Amino acid sequence: MTKFLRLPDVRSWLLAMPVTLVLSFFLLLPLLMIVVVSFWGATEYSIYPAFQFDNYQFLFGSSVTYQVFLKTFMYTGITWATTLAIGFTIAYFLAFHVRSQTWQTAFFLLCTIPFWTSNIIRMISWIPFLGRHGLANETLIKLGLIKEPLEWLLYSDFAVILAFVHLYTLFMVVPIFNTMLRIDKSLIEAAHDAGASGLQILTNIIIPLTKPGIMIGSIFVVALVMGDFITVRFMSGSQAANVGRLISNDIGLLAYPSAAATSVVLLVTVILTISIMLRFVDIRKEL
Amino acid sequence: MDTKRPASFYFLSAFFIVFIIFLYGPTITIGILSFQGPEGGLTFPMRGASLHWFDELFKTQAVGDVWGAFRRSFALGLIVMALTVVFSVMAGMAFRRRFVGATVLFYLIIASLVIPSILVSLGVGLIFSQAGWTVHWLSSGLGAQLTWTLPFGFLIMLAIFNRFNPAYEEAARDQGATAWQTFRYVVLPMIAPSLLGVALFGFTLSYDEFARTLLTAGSRNTLPLEIFGMTTNITTPMLYALGTLTTIFSFVVIGVFIGTLAFAAHRRSRRASDAGKGMV
Repeated sequence: MTKFLRLPDVRSWLLAMPVTLVLSFFLLLPLLMIVVVSFWGATEYSIYPAFQFDNYQFLFGSSVTYQVFLKTFMYTGITWATTLAIGFTIAYFLAFHVRSQTWQTAFFLLCTIPFWTSNIIRMISWIPFLGRHGLANETLIKLGLIKEPLEWLLYSDFAVILAFVHLYTLFMVVPIFNTMLRIDKSLIEAAHDAGASGLQILTNIIIPLTKPGIMIGSIFVVALVMGDFITVRFMSGSQAANVGRLISNDIGLLAYPSAAATSVVLLVTVILTISIMLRFVDIRKEL
Repeated sequence: MDTKRPASFYFLSAFFIVFIIFLYGPTITIGILSFQGPEGGLTFPMRGASLHWFDELFKTQAVGDVWGAFRRSFALGLIVMALTVVFSVMAGMAFRRRFVGATVLFYLIIASLVIPSILVSLGVGLIFSQAGWTVHWLSSGLGAQLTWTLPFGFLIMLAIFNRFNPAYEEAARDQGATAWQTFRYVVLPMIAPSLLGVALFGFTLSYDEFARTLLTAGSRNTLPLEIFGMTTNITTPMLYALGTLTTIFSFVVIGVFIGTLAFAAHRRSRRASDAGKGMV
């Protein structure tokens, strides 16, 4: 135990102190506060300290809760599968088919630049495409494929998932591309020389070796979609609800204890899901 | 490898092109529509072309405090950027060796990345209101945004230090450099280009941050909050004009960072070590 606080440990902690303090005060403490407030009571215009389970009772007693959680899982599942399929294909193309390194970097940047621009604007950008008189409908009508404009393009589940895929596919592309670059090319050549087909190389070498990247991308996408509220609100035209929207609606009504109880359930769900996913990948090794 | 492209190459190239159109198409569309004539609406057709909606945007009274919001977002972005770089480098240095509690801290940082933003917003808002403090973009807003930018900065620093050869520092120490001198004159110059990357993440993630700032910015909005407010009450191409302007601003920022990086790499390769090239 004398070794417990060795000098190098102190030095490391001093260096890590700013991050620790910020996260303690702006992440841990707020989460603790949410847990505490989830047991509080509320009147129409204020909240008061208490220790009661009313908020949870109401939450678990309402069928809306289960529907909303189901919907959240549905959004998460479909978005995950779609972003994975697209992200993997794009990363595979960049890593194995683009031969010049300059072009590889340029294309990769082209895929990542939107990440550094505003999500809100990128959602708004879909209006002229998907609207009743938007490009998609006008084109389909001109082609004679439909007679009436499709109503489900904008402000629908379709729009929500489209926006998720649009916003979050790059969270798949980047880590998958990163792991693919580290695959030893001689492995692929060896398989090729041994007579493996392209498909066999893909399923027996590339996919197994890309798993850590797939896992990291999946963690990002699942966490972002499960915790989202603004994409669902905006793209569904306030017609659909996921858990995040349930929370933000309560916040809008100043029903903080109720919002807090829902938050706790969401927090537990997200942490459980991500913890399971983290078991399959050592993030520190993959950086 | 043979030089003949397999058939899959052409299929994947087409897929990539479609993906790029999917990524950029909508942004370009609102870019075009922001030049809509004064009679035009939110969708095609264009009714003439004009700068009408940009003009409207500059007559501030009509749309609330867009310019104030931009100034706040810009200032906040710079502050978040500076803190993210400094704190991430420090934490990255700490994690270069094992220390008691490192794993716990590591998972806390990962948690900061995956925990739904709205919970951070709600929690910070609750703490401030119960403590009787006023939420302000420079206090609660800043802190809430750091919980989003620090994990990115930290993970980038981990990746950088994973590839960092400690021999340079040993050499410096052997020659009697102090810990600070070793950092300042050996480590820092070597990691400087990567710090630009951390800075880019810090600034842009803050500048575009919405959910974590929602309940923590206080009475004065940041730009994303202002834009979101506009979506509910402004139904003219003015929205697109604003969107186009901030996107162009983002592109300029990204361009400056990437340009500087490319320039630094170029300079570095020109002035690279002459080891092995000199006279024997």
